[in-house]
Amino acid sequence: MGNNLDALTTVFTEFYYWVTIPLMFLIHVGFCMYEVGVSRRKNHMHTLMKNTMIIPLVTVTFFLFGWWIYWAFPNGPFINGGLDLETAAGNAPWSATMATNLQDRITGVFWAAFLLFSWTAASIVSGAVIERITAGAFWILAVVIGSGAWIIDAAWGWHYAGWMVVKLGYHDAYASGVIHAIAGGFALGVLVVLGPRLGKFAADGTPRDIRPHNPWLVCVGLFIIYTGFWGFYAACNVPVISPEGIGGLITGETWTATTIYLTPTTLGAITVNFLMSLSGGMMVACLVSRGDPFWTYSGGLAGIITASAGNDLYHPIQAMLIGGLGTFIAYKLHFIVERKFKIDDAVGAIAVHGYAGFVGLIICGFVLWGHPSSPYDGYATINPLGQFIGAIIMFGVLGFLPGFIVARILSLMGVLRVPREVELLGLDFADDADIEAARRDVHAGIKSIA
Amino acid sequence: MASTTGIETWAQDLAEVGPIYPFQGTETVLVIIAVVLWVGWHVVQLIEEKRDNAEKVRRHGNAETIHKAIDKHGD
Repeated sequence: MGNNLDALTTVFTEFYYWVTIPLMFLIHVGFCMYEVGVSRRKNHMHTLMKNTMIIPLVTVTFFLFGWWIYWAFPNGPFINGGLDLETAAGNAPWSATMATNLQDRITGVFWAAFLLFSWTAASIVSGAVIERITAGAFWILAVVIGSGAWIIDAAWGWHYAGWMVVKLGYHDAYASGVIHAIAGGFALGVLVVLGPRLGKFAADGTPRDIRPHNPWLVCVGLFIIYTGFWGFYAACNVPVISPEGIGGLITGETWTATTIYLTPTTLGAITVNFLMSLSGGMMVACLVSRGDPFWTYSGGLAGIITASAGNDLYHPIQAMLIGGLGTFIAYKLHFIVERKFKIDDAVGAIAVHGYAGFVGLIICGFVLWGHPSSPYDGYATINPLGQFIGAIIMFGVLGFLPGFIVARILSLMGVLRVPREVELLGLDFADDADIEAARRDVHAGIKSIA
Repeated sequence: MASTTGIETWAQDLAEVGPIYPFQGTETVLVIIAVVLWVGWHVVQLIEEKRDNAEKVRRHGNAETIHKAIDKHGD
Protein backbone atom coordinates (compact mmCIF):
# COMPACT_ATOMS: atom_id res chain seq x y z
CA MET A 1 0.00 0.00 0.00
CA GLY A 2 1.97 2.94 -1.34
CA ASN A 3 0.17 5.93 0.18
CA ASN A 4 -2.86 6.78 2.28
CA LEU A 5 -5.26 6.79 -0.68
CA ASP A 6 -4.03 3.38 -1.78
CA ALA A 7 -4.34 2.11 1.79
CA LEU A 8 -7.87 3.46 2.12
CA THR A 9 -8.89 1.96 -1.22
CA THR A 10 -7.45 -1.42 -0.30
CA VAL A 11 -9.06 -1.53 3.13
CA PHE A 12 -12.39 -0.31 1.71
CA THR A 13 -12.29 -3.02 -0.96
CA GLU A 14 -11.39 -5.64 1.63
CA PHE A 15 -14.28 -4.56 3.85
CA TYR A 16 -16.68 -4.28 0.89
CA TYR A 17 -16.15 -7.93 -0.10
CA TRP A 18 -16.24 -9.02 3.52
CA VAL A 19 -19.73 -7.52 3.95
CA THR A 20 -21.00 -9.45 0.93
CA ILE A 21 -19.98 -12.77 2.48
CA PRO A 22 -22.32 -12.89 5.53
CA LEU A 23 -25.04 -11.49 3.28
CA MET A 24 -24.51 -14.35 0.84
CA PHE A 25 -24.48 -16.80 3.74
CA LEU A 26 -28.18 -16.00 3.94
CA ILE A 27 -28.65 -17.56 0.51
CA HIS A 28 -27.63 -20.88 2.00
CA VAL A 29 -29.87 -20.42 5.01
CA GLY A 30 -32.75 -19.63 2.65
CA PHE A 31 -32.07 -22.64 0.45
CA CYS A 32 -32.09 -24.95 3.48
CA MET A 33 -35.40 -23.54 4.77
CA TYR A 34 -36.91 -23.72 1.32
CA GLU A 35 -35.89 -27.32 0.70
CA VAL A 36 -36.99 -28.55 4.11
CA GLY A 37 -40.32 -26.75 3.61
CA VAL A 38 -40.83 -28.51 0.28
CA SER A 39 -39.88 -31.97 1.58
CA ARG A 40 -42.30 -34.26 3.39
CA ARG A 41 -42.01 -34.76 7.17
CA LYS A 42 -40.30 -38.13 6.82
CA ASN A 43 -37.42 -36.55 4.86
CA HIS A 44 -36.74 -33.28 6.69
CA MET A 45 -33.40 -33.97 8.34
CA HIS A 46 -31.94 -35.81 5.37
CA THR A 47 -32.93 -32.86 3.18
CA LEU A 48 -31.34 -30.41 5.59
CA MET A 49 -28.12 -32.37 6.04
CA LYS A 50 -27.74 -32.96 2.32
CA ASN A 51 -27.62 -29.21 1.73
CA THR A 52 -25.78 -28.24 4.89
CA MET A 53 -22.76 -30.45 4.17
CA ILE A 54 -22.18 -28.50 0.97
CA ILE A 55 -20.60 -25.89 3.23
CA PRO A 56 -17.58 -27.83 4.48
CA LEU A 57 -17.09 -30.04 1.43
CA VAL A 58 -17.13 -27.28 -1.17
CA THR A 59 -15.15 -24.96 1.09
CA VAL A 60 -12.28 -27.39 1.52
CA THR A 61 -12.17 -28.43 -2.13
CA PHE A 62 -12.48 -24.84 -3.30
CA PHE A 63 -9.45 -24.02 -1.17
CA LEU A 64 -7.53 -27.04 -2.44
CA PHE A 65 -8.15 -26.66 -6.18
CA GLY A 66 -11.26 -24.63 -7.13
CA TRP A 67 -9.66 -21.23 -6.68
CA TRP A 68 -6.52 -22.31 -8.51
CA ILE A 69 -8.66 -23.42 -11.48
CA TYR A 70 -10.19 -19.95 -11.76
CA TRP A 71 -6.81 -18.31 -12.23
CA ALA A 72 -5.24 -21.08 -14.32
CA PHE A 73 -8.03 -21.71 -16.84
CA PRO A 74 -9.07 -18.36 -18.43
CA ASN A 75 -7.53 -19.37 -21.76
CA GLY A 76 -9.40 -22.70 -21.88
CA PRO A 77 -6.61 -23.89 -21.78
CA PHE A 78 -5.57 -24.21 -25.42
CA ILE A 79 -8.39 -22.05 -26.82
CA ASN A 80 -6.79 -18.66 -26.36
CA GLY A 81 -3.45 -19.76 -24.91
CA GLY A 82 -2.18 -22.23 -22.34
CA LEU A 83 -2.63 -22.61 -18.59
CA ASP A 84 -1.88 -19.34 -16.79
CA LEU A 85 0.35 -20.98 -14.22
CA GLU A 86 2.06 -17.76 -13.24
CA THR A 87 -1.12 -16.02 -12.05
CA ALA A 88 -2.51 -19.25 -10.62
CA ALA A 89 0.60 -19.78 -8.49
CA GLY A 90 -0.45 -16.99 -6.13
CA ASN A 91 -3.81 -18.71 -5.65
CA ALA A 92 -2.63 -22.25 -5.04
CA PRO A 93 -3.36 -23.68 -1.57
CA TRP A 94 0.34 -23.59 -0.67
CA SER A 95 0.78 -19.94 -1.74
CA ALA A 96 1.78 -17.41 0.93
CA THR A 97 -0.95 -15.06 -0.32
CA MET A 98 -3.63 -17.57 0.71
CA ALA A 99 -2.76 -17.08 4.39
CA THR A 100 -2.29 -14.07 6.64
CA ASN A 101 -0.08 -11.76 4.62
CA LEU A 102 0.24 -8.01 5.05
CA GLN A 103 1.21 -7.64 1.39
CA ASP A 104 -2.15 -9.04 0.20
CA ARG A 105 -5.40 -8.09 1.91
CA ILE A 106 -7.74 -8.88 -0.96
CA THR A 107 -7.17 -12.49 -2.02
CA GLY A 108 -8.81 -13.91 1.10
CA VAL A 109 -12.07 -11.97 0.84
CA PHE A 110 -12.17 -12.40 -2.94
CA TRP A 111 -11.70 -16.16 -2.48
CA ALA A 112 -14.50 -16.22 0.08
CA ALA A 113 -16.89 -14.28 -2.16
CA PHE A 114 -16.27 -16.76 -4.97
CA LEU A 115 -16.69 -19.63 -2.52
CA LEU A 116 -20.15 -18.43 -1.57
CA PHE A 117 -21.06 -18.50 -5.28
CA SER A 118 -19.81 -22.10 -5.30
CA TRP A 119 -22.13 -23.03 -2.45
CA THR A 120 -25.00 -21.41 -4.33
CA ALA A 121 -24.31 -23.40 -7.50
CA ALA A 122 -24.35 -26.67 -5.54
CA SER A 123 -27.33 -25.62 -3.46
CA ILE A 124 -29.43 -24.92 -6.56
CA VAL A 125 -28.93 -28.55 -7.61
CA SER A 126 -29.71 -29.80 -4.10
CA GLY A 127 -33.34 -28.71 -4.17
CA ALA A 128 -34.14 -30.48 -7.42
CA VAL A 129 -33.09 -33.92 -6.23
CA ILE A 130 -34.59 -34.09 -2.73
CA GLU A 131 -36.27 -37.12 -1.19
CA ARG A 132 -34.55 -39.86 -3.20
CA ILE A 133 -30.86 -39.12 -3.82
CA THR A 134 -28.29 -40.54 -1.38
CA ALA A 135 -26.44 -37.92 0.62
CA GLY A 136 -23.07 -39.41 -0.34
CA ALA A 137 -23.78 -39.22 -4.06
CA PHE A 138 -25.09 -35.69 -3.80
CA TRP A 139 -22.01 -34.52 -1.93
CA ILE A 140 -19.78 -35.80 -4.75
CA LEU A 141 -21.98 -34.01 -7.27
CA ALA A 142 -21.81 -30.86 -5.11
CA VAL A 143 -18.02 -30.86 -5.29
CA VAL A 144 -18.10 -31.51 -9.04
CA ILE A 145 -20.21 -28.41 -9.69
CA GLY A 146 -19.10 -26.26 -6.73
CA SER A 147 -15.35 -26.66 -7.05
CA GLY A 148 -15.18 -27.87 -10.65
CA ALA A 149 -17.69 -27.12 -13.37
CA TRP A 150 -18.82 -23.68 -12.20
CA ILE A 151 -15.34 -22.37 -11.55
CA ILE A 152 -14.18 -23.51 -15.00
CA ASP A 153 -17.09 -21.57 -16.48
CA ALA A 154 -16.15 -18.58 -14.32
CA ALA A 155 -12.59 -18.71 -15.65
CA TRP A 156 -13.95 -18.85 -19.20
CA GLY A 157 -16.79 -16.35 -19.04
CA TRP A 158 -16.58 -14.44 -15.77
CA HIS A 159 -12.98 -13.28 -15.77
CA TYR A 160 -11.58 -10.12 -17.33
CA ALA A 161 -9.37 -12.27 -19.57
CA GLY A 162 -11.66 -15.32 -20.05
CA TRP A 163 -11.54 -16.72 -23.57
CA MET A 164 -15.32 -16.47 -23.94
CA VAL A 165 -15.14 -12.74 -23.24
CA VAL A 166 -12.22 -12.27 -25.62
CA LYS A 167 -13.50 -14.41 -28.49
CA LEU A 168 -17.30 -14.38 -28.12
CA GLY A 169 -17.91 -11.01 -26.44
CA TYR A 170 -19.65 -13.00 -23.70
CA HIS A 171 -21.27 -10.76 -21.10
CA ASP A 172 -22.84 -12.08 -17.91
CA ALA A 173 -22.28 -9.41 -15.27
CA TYR A 174 -24.40 -10.92 -12.46
CA ALA A 175 -24.20 -14.56 -13.46
CA SER A 176 -27.35 -15.50 -15.40
CA GLY A 177 -25.24 -18.17 -17.03
CA VAL A 178 -22.13 -18.73 -14.95
CA ILE A 179 -24.11 -19.63 -11.82
CA HIS A 180 -27.74 -20.14 -12.75
CA ALA A 181 -27.80 -21.68 -16.24
CA ILE A 182 -24.99 -24.06 -15.36
CA ALA A 183 -26.63 -25.15 -12.09
CA GLY A 184 -29.98 -25.63 -13.85
CA GLY A 185 -28.34 -27.66 -16.62
CA PHE A 186 -26.40 -29.72 -14.07
CA ALA A 187 -29.60 -30.44 -12.12
CA LEU A 188 -31.32 -31.56 -15.32
CA GLY A 189 -28.43 -33.90 -16.14
CA VAL A 190 -28.65 -35.48 -12.68
CA LEU A 191 -32.45 -35.77 -12.76
CA VAL A 192 -32.44 -37.57 -16.11
CA VAL A 193 -30.44 -40.35 -14.44
CA LEU A 194 -31.98 -40.15 -10.96
CA GLY A 195 -35.63 -40.30 -12.02
CA PRO A 196 -38.73 -38.96 -10.26
CA ARG A 197 -39.87 -39.44 -6.67
CA LEU A 198 -42.07 -42.51 -6.21
CA GLY A 199 -45.65 -41.57 -6.95
CA LYS A 200 -44.82 -38.29 -8.71
CA PHE A 201 -46.34 -39.52 -11.96
CA ALA A 202 -49.55 -41.49 -12.37
CA ALA A 203 -49.51 -44.72 -14.37
CA ASP A 204 -50.58 -42.80 -17.47
CA GLY A 205 -47.72 -40.33 -16.99
CA THR A 206 -49.78 -37.48 -15.58
CA PRO A 207 -47.68 -35.48 -13.09
CA ARG A 208 -49.00 -35.15 -9.54
CA ASP A 209 -48.49 -32.02 -7.47
CA ILE A 210 -46.65 -33.13 -4.32
CA ARG A 211 -47.36 -29.99 -2.34
CA PRO A 212 -44.79 -28.47 0.04
CA HIS A 213 -45.11 -29.77 3.57
CA ASN A 214 -44.75 -26.23 4.87
CA PRO A 215 -45.51 -23.53 2.26
CA TRP A 216 -44.85 -20.76 4.78
CA LEU A 217 -41.31 -22.03 5.43
CA VAL A 218 -40.74 -22.28 1.68
CA CYS A 219 -41.75 -18.65 1.18
CA VAL A 220 -39.68 -17.35 4.08
CA GLY A 221 -36.75 -19.32 2.72
CA LEU A 222 -37.16 -17.66 -0.66
CA PHE A 223 -37.48 -14.27 1.04
CA ILE A 224 -34.14 -14.90 2.75
CA ILE A 225 -32.59 -15.91 -0.58
CA TYR A 226 -33.73 -12.52 -1.96
CA THR A 227 -31.90 -10.86 0.94
CA GLY A 228 -28.73 -12.81 0.32
CA PHE A 229 -28.95 -11.99 -3.37
CA TRP A 230 -28.03 -8.39 -2.50
CA GLY A 231 -24.67 -9.62 -1.31
CA PHE A 232 -24.30 -11.69 -4.45
CA TYR A 233 -24.87 -8.64 -6.66
CA ALA A 234 -22.47 -6.44 -4.70
CA ALA A 235 -19.83 -9.17 -4.74
CA CYS A 236 -19.98 -9.30 -8.54
CA ASN A 237 -18.61 -5.74 -8.73
CA VAL A 238 -15.21 -4.23 -8.17
CA PRO A 239 -16.27 -1.41 -5.84
CA VAL A 240 -13.77 1.25 -6.89
CA ILE A 241 -10.83 1.28 -9.27
CA SER A 242 -8.84 3.88 -11.20
CA PRO A 243 -8.26 3.82 -14.95
CA GLU A 244 -4.61 3.23 -14.13
CA GLY A 245 -5.61 0.25 -11.98
CA ILE A 246 -7.64 -1.21 -14.84
CA GLY A 247 -4.76 -0.65 -17.24
CA GLY A 248 -6.96 -0.76 -20.35
CA LEU A 249 -8.15 1.77 -22.86
CA ILE A 250 -9.94 4.13 -20.44
CA THR A 251 -8.30 7.54 -20.28
CA GLY A 252 -8.47 10.31 -17.64
CA GLU A 253 -8.43 9.96 -13.89
CA THR A 254 -12.06 9.24 -12.98
CA TRP A 255 -12.42 6.26 -10.67
CA THR A 256 -15.40 3.94 -11.07
CA ALA A 257 -17.11 0.79 -9.92
CA THR A 258 -16.88 -1.99 -12.50
CA THR A 259 -18.20 -5.42 -13.29
CA ILE A 260 -15.98 -8.51 -13.02
CA TYR A 261 -14.89 -7.65 -16.59
CA LEU A 262 -13.65 -4.25 -15.34
CA THR A 263 -16.25 -2.48 -17.49
CA PRO A 264 -17.73 0.60 -15.80
CA THR A 265 -21.08 0.48 -14.02
CA THR A 266 -22.56 1.93 -10.82
CA LEU A 267 -23.80 0.38 -7.61
CA GLY A 268 -26.89 2.58 -7.97
CA ALA A 269 -27.74 1.11 -11.38
CA ILE A 270 -27.51 -2.49 -10.27
CA THR A 271 -29.54 -1.77 -7.13
CA VAL A 272 -32.45 -0.31 -9.10
CA ASN A 273 -32.25 -3.00 -11.76
CA PHE A 274 -32.20 -5.74 -9.13
CA LEU A 275 -35.46 -4.44 -7.67
CA MET A 276 -37.13 -3.80 -11.01
CA SER A 277 -36.28 -7.24 -12.42
CA LEU A 278 -37.43 -8.83 -9.14
CA SER A 279 -40.71 -6.94 -9.48
CA GLY A 280 -41.20 -7.89 -13.13
CA GLY A 281 -40.69 -11.53 -12.25
CA MET A 282 -43.03 -11.47 -9.26
CA MET A 283 -45.84 -9.70 -11.11
CA VAL A 284 -45.74 -12.10 -14.05
CA ALA A 285 -45.40 -15.19 -11.86
CA CYS A 286 -48.30 -14.10 -9.66
CA LEU A 287 -50.55 -13.77 -12.69
CA VAL A 288 -49.54 -16.89 -14.60
CA SER A 289 -49.59 -19.09 -11.49
CA ARG A 290 -52.87 -17.50 -10.34
CA GLY A 291 -51.40 -16.30 -7.09
CA ASP A 292 -49.49 -19.44 -6.15
CA PRO A 293 -47.09 -18.25 -3.40
CA PHE A 294 -44.32 -20.73 -4.27
CA TRP A 295 -44.22 -19.68 -7.91
CA THR A 296 -44.68 -15.98 -7.14
CA TYR A 297 -41.61 -15.96 -4.89
CA SER A 298 -39.70 -18.16 -7.32
CA GLY A 299 -40.76 -15.82 -10.11
CA GLY A 300 -39.02 -12.98 -8.30
CA LEU A 301 -35.82 -14.98 -8.39
CA ALA A 302 -36.36 -15.91 -12.04
CA GLY A 303 -36.87 -12.23 -12.87
CA ILE A 304 -33.56 -11.23 -11.30
CA ILE A 305 -31.78 -14.19 -12.87
CA THR A 306 -33.06 -13.42 -16.37
CA ALA A 307 -31.95 -9.78 -16.21
CA SER A 308 -28.70 -10.46 -14.38
CA ALA A 309 -26.53 -10.88 -17.47
CA GLY A 310 -27.05 -7.22 -18.40
CA ASN A 311 -28.22 -5.58 -15.18
CA ASP A 312 -25.04 -3.50 -15.14
CA LEU A 313 -26.37 -1.58 -18.13
CA TYR A 314 -30.11 -2.01 -18.61
CA HIS A 315 -32.58 0.81 -18.06
CA PRO A 316 -34.73 -0.11 -15.02
CA ILE A 317 -37.87 -0.60 -17.12
CA GLN A 318 -35.93 -2.81 -19.52
CA ALA A 319 -34.82 -4.84 -16.49
CA MET A 320 -38.45 -5.16 -15.38
CA LEU A 321 -39.65 -6.25 -18.84
CA ILE A 322 -36.80 -8.72 -19.29
CA GLY A 323 -37.38 -10.15 -15.81
CA GLY A 324 -41.06 -10.61 -16.56
CA LEU A 325 -40.47 -12.22 -19.95
CA GLY A 326 -37.89 -14.66 -18.62
CA THR A 327 -40.14 -15.65 -15.75
CA PHE A 328 -43.06 -16.35 -18.10
CA ILE A 329 -40.88 -18.57 -20.31
CA ALA A 330 -39.32 -20.40 -17.34
CA TYR A 331 -42.72 -21.08 -15.74
CA LYS A 332 -44.24 -22.46 -18.94
CA LEU A 333 -41.16 -24.56 -19.75
CA HIS A 334 -41.17 -26.13 -16.28
CA PHE A 335 -44.57 -27.73 -16.83
CA ILE A 336 -43.95 -28.61 -20.49
CA VAL A 337 -40.72 -30.45 -19.60
CA GLU A 338 -42.33 -32.09 -16.57
CA ARG A 339 -45.22 -33.46 -18.63
CA LYS A 340 -43.30 -34.41 -21.75
CA PHE A 341 -40.05 -35.79 -20.31
CA LYS A 342 -41.24 -36.85 -16.82
CA ILE A 343 -38.60 -34.73 -15.10
CA ASP A 344 -39.41 -34.36 -11.40
CA ASP A 345 -37.73 -31.12 -10.34
CA ALA A 346 -39.08 -30.83 -6.80
CA VAL A 347 -38.40 -27.11 -6.41
CA GLY A 348 -38.49 -25.81 -9.98
CA ALA A 349 -34.73 -25.18 -9.91
CA ILE A 350 -34.15 -26.03 -13.56
CA ALA A 351 -36.80 -23.51 -14.58
CA VAL A 352 -35.97 -20.70 -12.17
CA HIS A 353 -32.20 -20.96 -12.60
CA GLY A 354 -31.56 -22.92 -15.79
CA TYR A 355 -34.17 -21.71 -18.25
CA ALA A 356 -34.32 -18.16 -16.90
CA GLY A 357 -30.52 -17.92 -16.97
CA PHE A 358 -30.34 -19.33 -20.49
CA VAL A 359 -33.02 -16.96 -21.81
CA GLY A 360 -31.41 -14.03 -19.99
CA LEU A 361 -28.10 -14.57 -21.76
CA ILE A 362 -29.72 -14.52 -25.18
CA ILE A 363 -31.83 -11.44 -24.45
CA CYS A 364 -28.68 -9.67 -23.22
CA GLY A 365 -26.99 -10.36 -26.55
CA PHE A 366 -29.71 -8.49 -28.41
CA VAL A 367 -30.27 -5.62 -25.98
CA LEU A 368 -26.56 -4.85 -25.47
CA TRP A 369 -25.50 -5.64 -29.03
CA GLY A 370 -22.29 -3.81 -29.92
CA HIS A 371 -21.38 -2.67 -26.40
CA PRO A 372 -17.72 -3.36 -25.59
CA SER A 373 -17.35 -6.47 -23.45
CA SER A 374 -14.07 -5.26 -22.01
CA PRO A 375 -12.02 -2.12 -21.38
CA TYR A 376 -9.11 -3.83 -23.15
CA ASP A 377 -8.28 -3.77 -26.83
CA GLY A 378 -8.96 -6.71 -29.15
CA TYR A 379 -12.04 -8.18 -27.43
CA ALA A 380 -15.24 -9.08 -29.33
CA THR A 381 -18.20 -6.82 -28.55
CA ILE A 382 -21.39 -8.17 -26.98
CA ASN A 383 -23.54 -9.92 -29.61
CA PRO A 384 -26.44 -12.40 -29.82
CA LEU A 385 -24.47 -15.27 -31.37
CA GLY A 386 -21.73 -15.06 -28.75
CA GLN A 387 -24.34 -15.04 -26.00
CA PHE A 388 -26.19 -17.99 -27.55
CA ILE A 389 -23.00 -20.04 -27.79
CA GLY A 390 -22.21 -18.97 -24.24
CA ALA A 391 -25.64 -20.14 -23.06
CA ILE A 392 -25.09 -23.55 -24.71
CA ILE A 393 -21.68 -23.84 -23.01
CA MET A 394 -23.08 -22.88 -19.62
CA PHE A 395 -26.31 -24.92 -19.63
CA GLY A 396 -25.20 -27.83 -21.81
CA VAL A 397 -21.44 -28.34 -21.94
CA LEU A 398 -20.46 -27.39 -18.38
CA GLY A 399 -23.88 -27.96 -16.79
CA PHE A 400 -25.89 -30.85 -18.22
CA LEU A 401 -23.00 -33.04 -19.39
CA PRO A 402 -20.96 -33.23 -16.15
CA GLY A 403 -24.16 -33.70 -14.14
CA PHE A 404 -25.36 -36.50 -16.40
CA ILE A 405 -21.99 -38.26 -16.65
CA VAL A 406 -21.15 -38.22 -12.94
CA ALA A 407 -24.71 -39.20 -11.98
CA ARG A 408 -24.55 -42.06 -14.47
CA ILE A 409 -21.29 -43.32 -12.97
CA LEU A 410 -22.74 -43.11 -9.46
CA SER A 411 -25.86 -44.89 -10.67
CA LEU A 412 -23.81 -47.70 -12.23
CA MET A 413 -22.00 -48.03 -8.90
CA GLY A 414 -25.40 -48.42 -7.25
CA VAL A 415 -24.96 -45.45 -4.92
CA LEU A 416 -27.01 -42.69 -6.57
CA ARG A 417 -30.50 -43.43 -5.27
CA VAL A 418 -31.74 -44.71 -1.94
CA PRO A 419 -33.44 -48.14 -1.99
CA ARG A 420 -37.15 -48.06 -2.81
CA GLU A 421 -38.02 -49.31 0.68
CA VAL A 422 -36.05 -46.48 2.32
CA GLU A 423 -37.71 -43.92 0.08
CA LEU A 424 -41.13 -45.21 1.16
CA LEU A 425 -40.20 -45.43 4.84
CA GLY A 426 -38.73 -41.94 4.68
CA LEU A 427 -35.09 -40.97 4.59
CA ASP A 428 -35.18 -39.99 8.27
CA PHE A 429 -36.61 -43.36 9.32
CA ALA A 430 -34.85 -44.80 12.35
CA ASP A 431 -35.32 -47.78 14.58
CA ASP A 432 -37.12 -46.41 17.65
CA ALA A 433 -36.29 -49.38 19.93
CA ASP A 434 -34.70 -47.21 22.61
CA ILE A 435 -37.66 -44.81 22.67
CA GLU A 436 -40.10 -47.72 22.84
CA ALA A 437 -38.12 -49.31 25.68
CA ALA A 438 -38.05 -46.00 27.54
CA ARG A 439 -41.82 -45.61 27.06
CA ARG A 440 -42.44 -49.14 28.38
CA ASP A 441 -40.32 -48.43 31.46
CA VAL A 442 -42.14 -45.16 32.14
CA HIS A 443 -45.56 -46.82 31.78
CA ALA A 444 -44.46 -49.65 34.06
CA GLY A 445 -43.33 -47.05 36.62
CA ILE A 446 -46.68 -45.28 36.47
CA LYS A 447 -48.54 -48.59 36.99
CA SER A 448 -46.41 -49.38 40.07
CA ILE A 449 -47.37 -45.93 41.52
CA ALA A 450 -51.03 -46.69 40.90
CA MET B 1 -22.89 -2.93 -35.77
CA ALA B 2 -23.23 0.27 -33.77
CA SER B 3 -23.61 -0.21 -30.06
CA THR B 4 -27.12 -0.08 -28.55
CA THR B 5 -25.63 1.83 -25.59
CA GLY B 6 -23.82 4.44 -27.66
CA ILE B 7 -20.51 3.16 -26.25
CA GLU B 8 -18.41 1.51 -28.94
CA THR B 9 -15.08 1.67 -27.14
CA TRP B 10 -13.87 2.41 -23.61
CA ALA B 11 -11.00 4.48 -25.01
CA GLN B 12 -12.41 7.63 -23.46
CA ASP B 13 -12.34 9.71 -20.30
CA LEU B 14 -15.13 8.57 -17.93
CA ALA B 15 -15.53 12.19 -16.80
CA GLU B 16 -17.03 12.84 -20.23
CA VAL B 17 -19.41 9.84 -20.22
CA GLY B 18 -23.02 10.06 -19.01
CA PRO B 19 -25.83 7.53 -19.58
CA ILE B 20 -24.68 4.12 -20.84
CA TYR B 21 -27.98 2.20 -20.91
CA PRO B 22 -29.21 0.77 -24.22
CA PHE B 23 -31.72 2.48 -26.53
CA GLN B 24 -31.40 5.95 -25.05
CA GLY B 25 -34.22 8.16 -26.29
CA THR B 26 -36.91 5.53 -25.71
CA GLU B 27 -37.45 6.42 -22.05
CA THR B 28 -40.93 7.89 -22.62
CA VAL B 29 -42.04 4.82 -24.54
CA LEU B 30 -40.67 2.58 -21.79
CA VAL B 31 -42.58 4.54 -19.15
CA ILE B 32 -45.82 4.29 -21.17
CA ILE B 33 -45.31 0.53 -21.57
CA ALA B 34 -44.66 0.20 -17.83
CA VAL B 35 -47.80 2.17 -16.92
CA VAL B 36 -49.96 0.14 -19.31
CA LEU B 37 -48.59 -3.14 -17.92
CA TRP B 38 -49.03 -1.99 -14.33
CA VAL B 39 -52.67 -0.94 -14.85
CA GLY B 40 -53.30 -4.03 -16.97
CA TRP B 41 -51.91 -6.20 -14.18
CA HIS B 42 -54.52 -4.88 -11.74
CA VAL B 43 -57.32 -5.37 -14.27
CA VAL B 44 -56.33 -8.96 -15.04
CA GLN B 45 -55.85 -9.72 -11.35
CA LEU B 46 -59.32 -8.43 -10.45
CA ILE B 47 -60.96 -10.41 -13.25
CA GLU B 48 -59.11 -13.63 -12.44
CA GLU B 49 -59.74 -13.40 -8.70
CA LYS B 50 -63.43 -12.72 -9.24
CA ARG B 51 -63.66 -15.71 -11.56
CA ASP B 52 -61.82 -17.95 -9.08
CA ASN B 53 -64.06 -16.93 -6.20
CA ALA B 54 -67.20 -17.46 -8.29
CA GLU B 55 -65.95 -20.93 -9.18
CA LYS B 56 -65.26 -21.71 -5.50
CA VAL B 57 -68.79 -20.64 -4.56
CA ARG B 58 -70.28 -22.71 -7.39
CA ARG B 59 -68.35 -25.87 -6.47
CA HIS B 60 -68.08 -25.66 -2.69
CA GLY B 61 -70.48 -23.00 -1.46
CA ASN B 62 -73.07 -25.42 -0.04
CA ALA B 63 -73.98 -25.45 3.65
CA GLU B 64 -72.42 -28.83 4.36
CA THR B 65 -68.97 -27.93 2.99
CA ILE B 66 -69.03 -24.54 4.71
CA HIS B 67 -69.85 -26.17 8.08
CA LYS B 68 -67.00 -28.67 7.57
CA ALA B 69 -64.61 -25.85 6.68
CA ILE B 70 -65.57 -23.89 9.79
CA ASP B 71 -65.00 -26.97 11.93
CA LYS B 72 -61.63 -27.57 10.29
CA HIS B 73 -60.21 -24.05 10.27
CA GLY B 74 -62.15 -22.30 13.06
CA ASP B 75 -64.22 -19.18 12.49
